[in-house]
Amino acid sequence: MNTVELLKKGARDLAWFVKGVMGEDAYDKYRAHHESRHPGADATPVLTEREFWRDQTDRQDTNPQGRCC
Amino acid sequence: MGTRPRTPHESTEGAGVLDRDPALLAVALDQTTHDAEEAHWTPAKIAIWGGISLLGGLSWVMLAVVRGETVNAIWFVFAAVCTYLIGYRFYSNYIQKHLLRPDDRRATPAEYKADGKDYAATDRRVLFGHHFAAIAGAGPLVGPVLAAQMGYLPGTIWIIVGVVLAGAVQDYLVLFFSMRRGGRSLGQMARDELGKVGGTAALIATLAIMVIIVAILALVVVNALAASPWGVFSVGMTIPIALLMGCYLRFFRPGKVTEVSIIGFVLLLAAIVGGGMISNTEWGAAFFHVDPLPLAIGIIIYGFVAAILPVWLLLAPRDYLSTFMKIGTIGMLAIAIIIVRPEISVPAFSEFTANGGPVVSGSLFPFLFVTIACGALSGFHALIASGTTPKLIEKERQTRFIGYGGMLMESFVAIMALVAAVSIDRGIYFAMNSSPALTGGTVEGAVAFVNSLGLTGVNLTPDMLTQTAKDVGEASIVSRTGGAPTLSVGLAHIMQQVAGGSGMMAFWYHFAIMFEALFILTAVDAGTRVARFMLQDSLGNFFPKFKNTSWRAGAWLTTGIMVLAWGAVLIMGVTDPLGGINTLFPLFGIANQLLAAIALAVCMAIVAKRGMFTYLWIVALPLAFAAVVTISASFLKIFSTVPAVGYFAQNRVFSEALAAGETSFGTAKTVAAMEAVVRNTMVQGILSVLFVVLAIIVMVTAIQATWRSWKSRDFGTNEDPAVPSQMFAPSGFLPTPAEKELGASWEAQARLEKPGKAKR
Repeated sequence: MNTVELLKKGARDLAWFVKGVMGEDAYDKYRAHHESRHPGADATPVLTEREFWRDQTDRQDTNPQGRCC
Repeated sequence: MGTRPRTPHESTEGAGVLDRDPALLAVALDQTTHDAEEAHWTPAKIAIWGGISLLGGLSWVMLAVVRGETVNAIWFVFAAVCTYLIGYRFYSNYIQKHLLRPDDRRATPAEYKADGKDYAATDRRVLFGHHFAAIAGAGPLVGPVLAAQMGYLPGTIWIIVGVVLAGAVQDYLVLFFSMRRGGRSLGQMARDELGKVGGTAALIATLAIMVIIVAILALVVVNALAASPWGVFSVGMTIPIALLMGCYLRFFRPGKVTEVSIIGFVLLLAAIVGGGMISNTEWGAAFFHVDPLPLAIGIIIYGFVAAILPVWLLLAPRDYLSTFMKIGTIGMLAIAIIIVRPEISVPAFSEFTANGGPVVSGSLFPFLFVTIACGALSGFHALIASGTTPKLIEKERQTRFIGYGGMLMESFVAIMALVAAVSIDRGIYFAMNSSPALTGGTVEGAVAFVNSLGLTGVNLTPDMLTQTAKDVGEASIVSRTGGAPTLSVGLAHIMQQVAGGSGMMAFWYHFAIMFEALFILTAVDAGTRVARFMLQDSLGNFFPKFKNTSWRAGAWLTTGIMVLAWGAVLIMGVTDPLGGINTLFPLFGIANQLLAAIALAVCMAIVAKRGMFTYLWIVALPLAFAAVVTISASFLKIFSTVPAVGYFAQNRVFSEALAAGETSFGTAKTVAAMEAVVRNTMVQGILSVLFVVLAIIVMVTAIQATWRSWKSRDFGTNEDPAVPSQMFAPSGFLPTPAEKELGASWEAQARLEKPGKAKR
């Protein structure tokens, strides 16, 4: 691997890490989970991205998590 | 699954359910493979660990034995990092091997309860970041600053040794036990293991501790922002910025979390720069100059409103911003300390080690250990480690990296805070951290007071105080207690040497204030919400209607009760004639350590129930220490006859003075102030009694449970039944060679099944 490729890979990994820590990959994970459970066309509709994120914050309304001091 | 007794080994060895078809790829490495890899000491490995040990040993010698006129900050970094590495590699491995015995053939809750939302297997490195962001807050930044009064060495030793033997052990154990129980909370585990009495005491203690912690964190923010127009403006701007981010995510671009965080971060920087400009204008300085009491009332109102607003509008975006800032700033500070390597002239042990001083009252033992809670041993982490993290973990063995390793990282934050605090001039340190009651709040008063302390090498001049205040863009830095301003001066001092020079000091100072205020306000909001749900749940046992959490009136009422509870403590701290933070901070530390004692007591009962008495000392050691520290600190606060230490002693002295008809006493200059002292010390004293009684109940029930297990030899577990895992992932940050090999086979298989969709 040359330097450019190495830098590219580094940047990709960093972006992956930041997105993961910030929780941005939550929808992708949900989709992947749903597809693995219901392969192919399935009757249960997948939440759209917008619905998913709404649902996510709304669930936090009823199930809050503490932050530390 | 309930309490069906199982032998402790049934779940790890020989449980038929976990046997896997040998034709399939393995989901775990054999224990023998792990052992062989560990026992395989290549020359390179020996050289690396030899080097780490030597460097660590040398650093400790430089800090503790040589300690010349000055000591370089880099030795703190090396001593900490080398000790952490050794503690992680050897001690946490020992705990893993003998006490916890994780079994990667078992599925974790993230796998067997997977719903793609709350329970979702998360890459260990990402989860480490998550977990760290959830446990690290303002605590490790404030405690070490206050403890710097005793010199640099006591705090350094406690932070580093304490985390290896106590704090990280607690986090690791709680995380592991909660993971084995489907992510059950500490309160539920306490009920399962300790029965009704112990469980109820643990619940009440947790609720009371939550109130104290939120109140004292809020007090830190009030002290940092009072009479600081710049700070009030820039921190105040975080509210509209968060609202904007919330709407952006809700209506415009859902899920673009990183993007919105970057936008928020840029706006935040603009708010800091703008705050500087506004505080320079006459109207700005007048408009944003807020006194402590109205500021406290403002925060109380904010706390109530923030806790009843929907999460998406304020809490979620604030959370993103605070995670972003936290990881960025802490990384930045670490790099800056390594680049700048400040020389530290604070003595190893100060004049105040034995009997306390103006910042922390009382002797080193036990008050060092309650002043520095977060960073060494923090009970609050038990709530996080039994909250979200156990539901996201991929493999059992990863609990070591995330639980133990995550806490080491927080400890390192505490060390950096300590370095920042001891890198500023000692005279300035005491001028900033002595209460206005001692300094009179004026430059002259502070100079006179600090120079009267008779500290070696300290010669404070009025010019030093006015110049520093000017540099950081504040009207005054005298008696800016609470730790946050001191840390910010230290951080600004270090950062300006890396970027911007002295002209940038004001920016860095307010950047640091913003950074701390941001996650304190998030903690206030989230803490109020969690406390409200706990209260609703408890009230629901008597009035079933409260169980319905979507019942508006009930939610508002319980939120109001919790806000009033911490608000009362906050107001008490703000108006306290004795200085507030000095009298209240011990309560914060004691509360946090008592929660740790409760968490460790629950862990001890679990370990005993598993029948692993040979290794019970791993839990009993930190538990005994936490118990001794907190109970003796509480008893001193309750029974000490020294007014500066004992709440009731102080109360008596002031009551007697009032009865004698005196109109001013000590630092209280009016009858009303004297009455406030009488009131405050009574409340603080009663809180101390409550905490210590609850913690003793929990510990006694835990010892009873342990004794029952020992006596009856009736071992069992409240764990969820074992479910076989169907996936593999390495356990540490870097995969071992054997893990790499197995991981490669899994990847090859995934490519075969899903061509073109290679996973990382």
